[in-house]
Amino acid sequence: MSDFLTVSVLLATVASGIRLATPFLLAALGETIGQRSGVLNLGVEGVMLLGAYGAYYATLRTDSVLLGIVVSLVVGGVMGIVYGVVTLALKAEQGISGIGIFIFGLGLSDLLFQKQVGTPTPIDGLGDLAVPLLGDLPWVGEVLFHQNVLVYVAFLLVPAMWFVINKTPFGLNVRAVGETPEAADSLGVSVNRTRYMTIFVGNALAGLAGAALALELGIFQQNLTNGHGFIAIALVYFGAWRPSGVMAGSLVFGLVSATVLQWKTLGIVVGTTASIVGMFPAVLTILVLVLVSRRTGQPSALTRPFQRGH
Amino acid sequence: MPAVTPGTPLLEMEGITKRFPGVVANDRVNFDVRPGEVHTLLGENGAGKSTLMKILYGLYHADEGGIRLQGEAVTIDSPSDAIEQGIGMIHQHFMLVPTLTVAENVALGLPAGRRLVQDLDPVRRRIRDLSEAYGLQVDPDAYIWQLAVGERQRVEIMKAIYRDVSILILDEPTSVLTPSEVDDLFVTLRQMTDGGRGLVFISHKLHEVMSLSDRITVLRGGRVTGRTVPAETSREQLAHMMVGREVRLAPERGESAVGQARISISDLEVLGDRGTPAVSEFNLEVRSGEVVGIAGVSGNGQRELAEALAGLRPVSSGEVMMNGARTTHKTPKQIRRLGVSYIPEERMRDGTIGEFSVAENMILTSHDLPPTSRRGFLDFKAIESACSGLVDRFTVKTPSLDTPTANLSGGNIQKLIIARELSGEPDVLIAAQPTRGVDIGAAEYIHSVLMQQRAGGTAILLISEDLDEVIGLSDRIAVMFEGRIMGILDQEEATVHRLGLWMAGVSDGEA
Repeated sequence: MSDFLTVSVLLATVASGIRLATPFLLAALGETIGQRSGVLNLGVEGVMLLGAYGAYYATLRTDSVLLGIVVSLVVGGVMGIVYGVVTLALKAEQGISGIGIFIFGLGLSDLLFQKQVGTPTPIDGLGDLAVPLLGDLPWVGEVLFHQNVLVYVAFLLVPAMWFVINKTPFGLNVRAVGETPEAADSLGVSVNRTRYMTIFVGNALAGLAGAALALELGIFQQNLTNGHGFIAIALVYFGAWRPSGVMAGSLVFGLVSATVLQWKTLGIVVGTTASIVGMFPAVLTILVLVLVSRRTGQPSALTRPFQRGH
Repeated sequence: MPAVTPGTPLLEMEGITKRFPGVVANDRVNFDVRPGEVHTLLGENGAGKSTLMKILYGLYHADEGGIRLQGEAVTIDSPSDAIEQGIGMIHQHFMLVPTLTVAENVALGLPAGRRLVQDLDPVRRRIRDLSEAYGLQVDPDAYIWQLAVGERQRVEIMKAIYRDVSILILDEPTSVLTPSEVDDLFVTLRQMTDGGRGLVFISHKLHEVMSLSDRITVLRGGRVTGRTVPAETSREQLAHMMVGREVRLAPERGESAVGQARISISDLEVLGDRGTPAVSEFNLEVRSGEVVGIAGVSGNGQRELAEALAGLRPVSSGEVMMNGARTTHKTPKQIRRLGVSYIPEERMRDGTIGEFSVAENMILTSHDLPPTSRRGFLDFKAIESACSGLVDRFTVKTPSLDTPTANLSGGNIQKLIIARELSGEPDVLIAAQPTRGVDIGAAEYIHSVLMQQRAGGTAILLISEDLDEVIGLSDRIAVMFEGRIMGILDQEEATVHRLGLWMAGVSDGEA
């Protein structure tokens, strides 16, 4: 018990919590910008799986982690275009189309893995990258600045996305299109072009989230993401559609998961108890979602396709 | 604003034809606007006014015909084309994003906004300058959701002035304003035409049309049925052109014997959707054979009041007695069984089920009672004879009793609801916006039916945003503002001016 309380264990837990929060954060940020423009994408999980497999396979074949990251972004972007055509051009029901994208991603990623790789082969994933100077700080340096590159990317994206949404003309279009698309259209803002862009960016980030997972673990397997994408969607609601709120949610989730892992590793919880404790993050999500069910900040036009003159 | 050659019309629309499946919405319509004038488009719902303007604004494409701006042929394929050509439109339903500020709403879609970072300071400055120049008070940093309806209207006008439009289309801009706000709006609009702009004013309120217009074009059934100027016409003539026959604009109110109180409301408080009181300290009595009108700008608690009386919204405190029984916490069905009928304001949402047939909607309130049903089964013969009787009596125009209700016109759906609600010979009638959005002919008919009910001894609570309607039908008129009654006047004493002040929240002491 005393081991658990030592400073180094605590620091390691926090550091690992931040690392575990990263895939959630990337996927949830992508979902945030899409939802702010009025498009719900339930297919995040499927896009993450395809991104994860793309990153894994590219890295496995070329030994280039960077190429793996690029592939995950491209795969995500392509899925974004597909989802955009289905929901914007063809105006299919968003909830159902998203589930379709999930099943497609789940199946295709496993099929490609079976055909192209077959036996699980580990890859050299992302190494830690110490930030000069900051990384030398006591405690803080160890926790915050000895992380892999995607962790930094994800957390830098939080202020970046806040800026884009709140301080740029594009962000103004996104907010207007998500709330009152008719008003945006009447002022000459193209509703669907704006939504294509947010879906493209959002899905590229979902792909990147998959890469963050695969490259952190250095492995791919069937259903690697195991619900990460769905939790990311929940985190958007948790974070009230704000990047900072989404980050807070991702961190809570990452830290709870890290703590549970740590307890298992240290043998504080064993056997059935461990399994029950392992459910804790999921239970937490449900509880939080029930508590924050007021939905202030939800874009009014969420899931509503736009058609001029209706 | 682009330089204007004197004599050249700003806008000429020639031979515009637009067909929708089953209807010709515009049939070879010609329409023009000269610099410095207000050209009114007058017509009933479905006459084709909005279609014509949506074509001009790039929301629809004309099947035939052409548009010239300052003498030059143009094609307008989208709102952004229209904006580029100097055309602005104020839509009947505000085109504002409630979660954004005034400045952000104005900046939305501006070409200057193609820069990477949004700088709202120049926008704010220009809004302040224009506010001063046009006497349009708007705070650039206020959020739209914080603004009252009249202020939102000013933001819409600001958007148009900011974009330096040369032609501004106003689609029913006064429907949500108080009489004094309408006066202010007209002053601003005149200021705009003085600068050489041309305005298209769409309205069906005849006195506003007479006071604001330079020229008037009347549409009926997609065709132009009259062109005139206010000096050469009258409200009655305009109504004739709109409807195609003589119309009584003011309903005939005969004598009526006023009896005992049928609705007594004391200290009523009702919460709105946001959980704050929408109706409070509300006291009112309506007697048999009497119409009490509730006037007021929309959103001042009228909807919540009607819903609470009908049992559709919980009463948080106070008491309601109807037809001798306490109905405060009763269900809608229990209240109806006491002889209370309700004409809801949203006829498609609360009044009918669109997919249901005319006959099915007619029996919605009596389907579990004989003779409509016997021993748990619907009696289709009885239904058919009862419904065809009602359709005849209330002149509901429908191809058959099996026609889906959504296929009928607004006026006929409203007649259907009225037929159903009056078929049970109610002692109490709550009528919310009974003629909103229906054509003049149907409105005339509905008014006469309400007057018949009054003569027959029904106690009627009439809730309406149409001040002319309230004054024309009611024996007593109450004005609602922010959930409270500002005052009650007898019909003989009621003037638009006095009611208008109350509607704006000015009590007698302040005026």
